[in-house]
Amino acid sequence: MADASTSSHGDLILTRITKTFGDFTAVDDLSLTIPEGSFFALLGPSGCGKTTTLRMIAGLEEPTVGSIFIGNTDITTKKPYQRPVNTVFQNYALFPHLSIFENVAFGLRRRGIKDVKEQVEKVLKLVELPHFADRKPTQLSGGQQQRIALARAIVNRPALLLLDEPLGALDLKLRRQMQIELKWIQTEVGLTFVHVTHDQEEAMTMADTIAVMNEGRIEQMGSPAELYESPATAFVANFLGQSNLIRGVVSSSDGDSQVVTVHGQKISLLKERNKSESSSVVVGIRPEKIRIDLPDVETKGNALTGGIVSDVSFVGVSTQYVVEMPWKQDLMVFEQNDGGTPTLRPGDPVSLSWNVPFTFGLDGSQDVNAGAETDEID
Amino acid sequence: MATRASTFSGKKGRLPYLLLAPGLLWLFTFFVLPIINLAGTSTQTPVIGGDTGQYVQTFRFANYIDAFNASREQFARSFIYATLATLLALAISYPLAYAIAFRSGKYKNLLLVLVIAPFFTSFLLRTVAWKQILGESGFVVPTLRALHIIGPNTTLTASALAVVTGMTYNFLPFMTLPLYASLERIDPRTLEASNDLYANAFTTFRKVTFPLSMPGVVAGTLLTFIPAAGDYVNAAILGNPNTTMLGNVIDSRFFRIVDYPTAAALSFMLMAAILILVTLYIRKSGTDELV
Repeated sequence: MADASTSSHGDLILTRITKTFGDFTAVDDLSLTIPEGSFFALLGPSGCGKTTTLRMIAGLEEPTVGSIFIGNTDITTKKPYQRPVNTVFQNYALFPHLSIFENVAFGLRRRGIKDVKEQVEKVLKLVELPHFADRKPTQLSGGQQQRIALARAIVNRPALLLLDEPLGALDLKLRRQMQIELKWIQTEVGLTFVHVTHDQEEAMTMADTIAVMNEGRIEQMGSPAELYESPATAFVANFLGQSNLIRGVVSSSDGDSQVVTVHGQKISLLKERNKSESSSVVVGIRPEKIRIDLPDVETKGNALTGGIVSDVSFVGVSTQYVVEMPWKQDLMVFEQNDGGTPTLRPGDPVSLSWNVPFTFGLDGSQDVNAGAETDEID
Repeated sequence: MATRASTFSGKKGRLPYLLLAPGLLWLFTFFVLPIINLAGTSTQTPVIGGDTGQYVQTFRFANYIDAFNASREQFARSFIYATLATLLALAISYPLAYAIAFRSGKYKNLLLVLVIAPFFTSFLLRTVAWKQILGESGFVVPTLRALHIIGPNTTLTASALAVVTGMTYNFLPFMTLPLYASLERIDPRTLEASNDLYANAFTTFRKVTFPLSMPGVVAGTLLTFIPAAGDYVNAAILGNPNTTMLGNVIDSRFFRIVDYPTAAALSFMLMAAILILVTLYIRKSGTDELV
């Protein structure tokens, strides 16, 4: 078993994985390659199949169809204890009857490794809990238990470390701190981390690459910046941050850019930023990219006029406006509180403007509300 | 403010005692008083020239030594049979409780009801039924004879085997239920974690499942061993004169020979022995940390 962790290094490759439970398809024909040494996040709302995918990689579920490789080794039918994969469970799943030392030593002892004491002490130092070896898990706080769960997994130097919503039970402040620590530890130990989460901010903070999952499929995969700036679907646009999505029709084309008519107003869209194959298009713009002005101020780039402020909320670093457009759609606008925006109250008429390259175009056949507010439901 | 707080805590301080009062009163009347009475009886001696069953208090503690010397054999038998029955019940109950807790799915409640179902019939009746099962007309003896496991003249009733079998059967639910309760409490994710950390199914059982079920093992063995050590019904119905247990001796001293002091002394010694064994057992198993 000892060679299991050394012989099969390499990229994790999922090939056409499908998992069904009865007549429910949890994961639907999913193919994915996760490069060795990367910090990869599977992001999606609850029930999107991300945890099932993780459990199949760990060997706790068997795929109905498809295969899983690490490097050149097929691990599809291997038992969990035969895989060079370790998991940090959502509720930590520490062994309540064992001391912290024995919890961390568990995997090493099973593999018959010699210098257990040395390795355990080293990893406890890495997670900054070197004096907790003799305690029992129940004597630790949530954040400390989380770190022990992490130590218990990484001490085995697996080819692949799986993290199943590892920070879900922590409060916001501790979660932020642990996000930074996890990222640091990943760089330190150089293992491949696969992180499952429904928290888009957590995924963006830590991961090199994010795969956004929805209904058992991958909607889009890329770096956090790519996904945020150029979402490929309405679901990704709404699930990762917030987006204003407005239906329109491409009315003319000129060189690198197109003119889109939205509810009688014309805006420009770069051709390379338009994912729509037809003339029916959903135009998207992130709320923080928009400038909000009084109607008589001259604007540059794209502009939409005729808006009425319907709500203003002050959130410290920024002010969030809800603007009702003439076609009865509410648009979100975030302005930095840096003195550059006039004081506006509900009922004030405004116009909105932004730089042309910030505009993105999506396929017009989608539901513009897909993926929106899933965060709050969860 | 301070006075209000103190009256409140005063009320709160009295409430637990009020709630405990009926139980304490019951315990005092039907446990403490009889125990004191029994202790008194244990050091009495017969009235010289008096009738059978007439005793007078003489504080003769040698009663204990006499009683012990007269029934050493039964003492030993009580603890050996009780230990055997407890071990057998554990061996049978553990897989059963494990299956109900982890593998029964939607049949979980039905199986639990089946475990408790024997309680709907009288304890005596069930023990008598074992006499039938192990008797010549039952299916066990002919089957074992046909398989040449026992000789043609060997019988199973009126034997030590029958007594231990009967006790095992009768106390099985007391073993199964606490075991089930502690197994059911185990978070299945700790078992997955063990699997994930290079432990196969057997090692996972040895290193995680069994240690985590220790509170149930301790509770179950105590609930079986304590009544089994004091039992006399199984030995009376399923045994022979050579399988009598201490319970049978106490029974006959009290109700047939009318030797109250010896019966009382034996009762006390049985109680003390069980108490000491149980205390040592709980200390040794160290399960208080687990809960």
